[in-house]
Amino acid sequence: MTDANHVIIIGAGHNGLACAAYLAKAGRRVTVLEAAGQVGGAAVTREFAPGFKVSACAHLSYLLDARIARELDLARHGHASARDNLRTVALQRTDEHLVLNGGVLEAGRLGEADRTAFATHHALMLKFARVLGRQHSRVPPRLLGGGRSNAIGAALLGWDIRRLGREDMREFLRVAGINIFDLVEESFESPALKAALAFDAVLGTNLSPRANNSVLALLHRLSGIANGTTGGVSLPAGGMGAVSEAFAKAATAAGATLRLSTPVKSIALNGDRVSGVVLASGEALSADAVVSNADPKRTLFELLGARHLETGFVHRIRHFRTKGMAAKLHLALDSLPGFSRLPAALAGERLVIAPDLVYLEHAFDAAKYGENSPHPALEISIPTVHDRTLAPAGKHVLSAVVQYAPHDAAASTDAARAQLLENTLKVLETYAPGIRARVTASQLLLPADLEREFRLTGGHWHHGELALDQMLMLRPVPGAAQYAMPVNGLYLCGAGAHPGGGVMGCAGRNAAQAVIKAGRE
Amino acid sequence: MNPVQDKEHFRHAVYQTPFHPRTSVANKLNVWHRWKDYTVSDAYYNVALEYAAIRNACAVFDLSPMTKHRITGPDALAFLNRLVTRDVEKIKPGKVGYAIWCDDNGRVIDDGTIFHLKPGDYRLCSQERQLEWLERSAFGFDVRMVEETHDVACLAFQGPTSCAVLKAIGCTGVENLKPFEIGYWPFAGGELMVSRTGFTGDLGYELWTDNSRAVPLWDALFDKGAIHGIRPMGTHALELARIEAGFIQAHVDFMPADQAIHLDRSRSPFELDLGRLVDFKKPNFNGRRALLEEQKRGSRYRFVRLDIAGNKIAKAAYIYNREHKGQVVGTVTSAAWSPSAKTNIALASLHMPWGRPGDELWADIYYQRELQWFRVNVPCKVVEGAFFDPPRRRATPAADF
Repeated sequence: MTDANHVIIIGAGHNGLACAAYLAKAGRRVTVLEAAGQVGGAAVTREFAPGFKVSACAHLSYLLDARIARELDLARHGHASARDNLRTVALQRTDEHLVLNGGVLEAGRLGEADRTAFATHHALMLKFARVLGRQHSRVPPRLLGGGRSNAIGAALLGWDIRRLGREDMREFLRVAGINIFDLVEESFESPALKAALAFDAVLGTNLSPRANNSVLALLHRLSGIANGTTGGVSLPAGGMGAVSEAFAKAATAAGATLRLSTPVKSIALNGDRVSGVVLASGEALSADAVVSNADPKRTLFELLGARHLETGFVHRIRHFRTKGMAAKLHLALDSLPGFSRLPAALAGERLVIAPDLVYLEHAFDAAKYGENSPHPALEISIPTVHDRTLAPAGKHVLSAVVQYAPHDAAASTDAARAQLLENTLKVLETYAPGIRARVTASQLLLPADLEREFRLTGGHWHHGELALDQMLMLRPVPGAAQYAMPVNGLYLCGAGAHPGGGVMGCAGRNAAQAVIKAGRE
Repeated sequence: MNPVQDKEHFRHAVYQTPFHPRTSVANKLNVWHRWKDYTVSDAYYNVALEYAAIRNACAVFDLSPMTKHRITGPDALAFLNRLVTRDVEKIKPGKVGYAIWCDDNGRVIDDGTIFHLKPGDYRLCSQERQLEWLERSAFGFDVRMVEETHDVACLAFQGPTSCAVLKAIGCTGVENLKPFEIGYWPFAGGELMVSRTGFTGDLGYELWTDNSRAVPLWDALFDKGAIHGIRPMGTHALELARIEAGFIQAHVDFMPADQAIHLDRSRSPFELDLGRLVDFKKPNFNGRRALLEEQKRGSRYRFVRLDIAGNKIAKAAYIYNREHKGQVVGTVTSAAWSPSAKTNIALASLHMPWGRPGDELWADIYYQRELQWFRVNVPCKVVEGAFFDPPRRRATPAADF
């Protein structure tokens, strides 16, 4: 006998918690089961060396949905920024560093043509990103079948594109599927600017600048800001884990029960309907619906079992691309590192090392053939400049996304990890001479480590590549983009569902709506 | 050595079956066609006489090119139950079951037979190549599968005197084999597997052995079968018998769903009158959700057997709902003059709701006489069951005749 009102949520990532909060508000009895000892999934703050804490996977907030923050009252539950509207500083080897603040170039050598083109480009990208941003809070339409609400959903997407205006719509349709390399080549002259913009498009993806879809990945990254997310690129006070804790408090305040260190072994079925879950401890919990914050492959193959699904669907899910390409570096520093020719006041901004397009492309070439980049590109944040809670007095933490590090066996050995750490420190040393001497502890998490520690199949922090064929009504796969899985009563609510990765909360909110709607039918 | 392992096989345009040394001599008409890369006979000497042997004596058909898979492992049963629409648990060791399998949309990919050889050891025979679909379907199951098409020699041995001939070659007690049962007999220093199965809707068997015993098997049958009227038969004679039996054929009566580009051109089990093979009591199988939905919403087509007036074969005829100025309500997929039922028969796919008992249906038939085209419009009637269904098909013990 199942509890007709009970919903189990597997995983206390921010989406699972958002889903829990909305379901609890709607009067459902909600239990959130988290395998780890803390909430947050891949948005957590962890101590990696005695006294040094860091956002262990995701480290900057781009996409947090303003409406969700308001509806769940995240501010009241402790969400605050240590610093909003971080600038992007594209570090140069010898030339003046580029300092980008939104569409404005604040420092760096650019010709007049590039300055104007950059402002235009930025405005246009934001306009396009808004089209994606508007879809975040909608359940995607079905490709085949579906009723009237489905037709309305499809029409809304079409309308959002159409109302860009004739010229911009044409441009949107032209660039959405192409690669960032071609787009920046046709728009700009400065190699430094081209690389800085291209880096944003490929960050966290399994794409080189020349790979198609990279413009779309950039638009996804910008979609939160374009959508009116307060704070632009921001650094949450207390690290990303504090954002997750705010979601957790919102969920528990709404009445959801949270159980940590409670891994789920399997999803239980009664016929073709879920009846609950079985925990690793052997305990069985019954529920009317099970919502999984885990990635689609983990949810469907490890927790449910492929045999309970149909061949065609299993085949599509197996080919959902989940290969992680980004590693995460954490350094404990005994003092603030000095970057050559960078004013100390800018050390806490978002620092990017991607000097030119060829550098980026070469970094990818190695990864394409299963090796870590000899000269990786980096996104660096030194959160301790703005947030003193993360390190002992006078000391600092450097957090960097290291690209590219493929989720391949040969690139995931201890030797490969040591080699990539060495490669990365060498690159850092070039831009910040003397930084190595300040390192008192280090941690490098390869995609294989992220997979193990955060239970992300393939170590992909978006649960799967964000590309044209894996977005919107195609995410994770056609026919399953409306959160409900083919087995009755099972839902996805994580980054593997629309609208994808980034600490946004929309997948959780949309999934909650799907559960509530199914309950009414 | 099977013909694929033969490193010289590329020198031939087609493979030869293990019976080729005999079929090539018997094929007096020298008509051959390519069946799954093997060369086989359309007809050996006279289609009418070959057909007559099926219904009045016994006839041998070289079945070796039929696609065969061996499925074993701890999850073999669970795998098959997810694959096909019927409950495979009911196919006990030593039994054979007819089955169909669908894609996720509940459209039929293929039909075939599941042989439960030994506990947990299955052979799946199909009309089309299925290895890719089977391997896709195996994800998440502890199951091992190999295609053994080229390693097993088999003959369809059909007709009223077939049992007597089998007894004569040493299959003692074969008469007690019930329809869809399997038996094993020693043969030529090896083993002969006999299953009471076939594609003719008559008393008959299928004989299975390894390639090296193919020729001895053929020789033994023709040696002992001479006084029982044994004849080789080609595809044309078999085709006639299978239409009389009301059996369907991929690419003829339905389009395999995995090969259909247009979703509307494939058919569900209900649309092929195979609803009896769909067991919704199983919690999951490929197509289950779509088929449940179809049950709620209604099917698009109905598969019927038609008794057609006159003697003009209704091949590819349109079916109308009125004699004049009616609308097209379906098409004939297979048609023949049935010598045994002595009537003009056809299998047809009709749009819903047509094909209900008592519906007025007309076949628009084009036919040729000395290169001249003619046309008739004749009434037809839906009939239930096979056009020819002799009691000997099921009688056990099988008689000698």
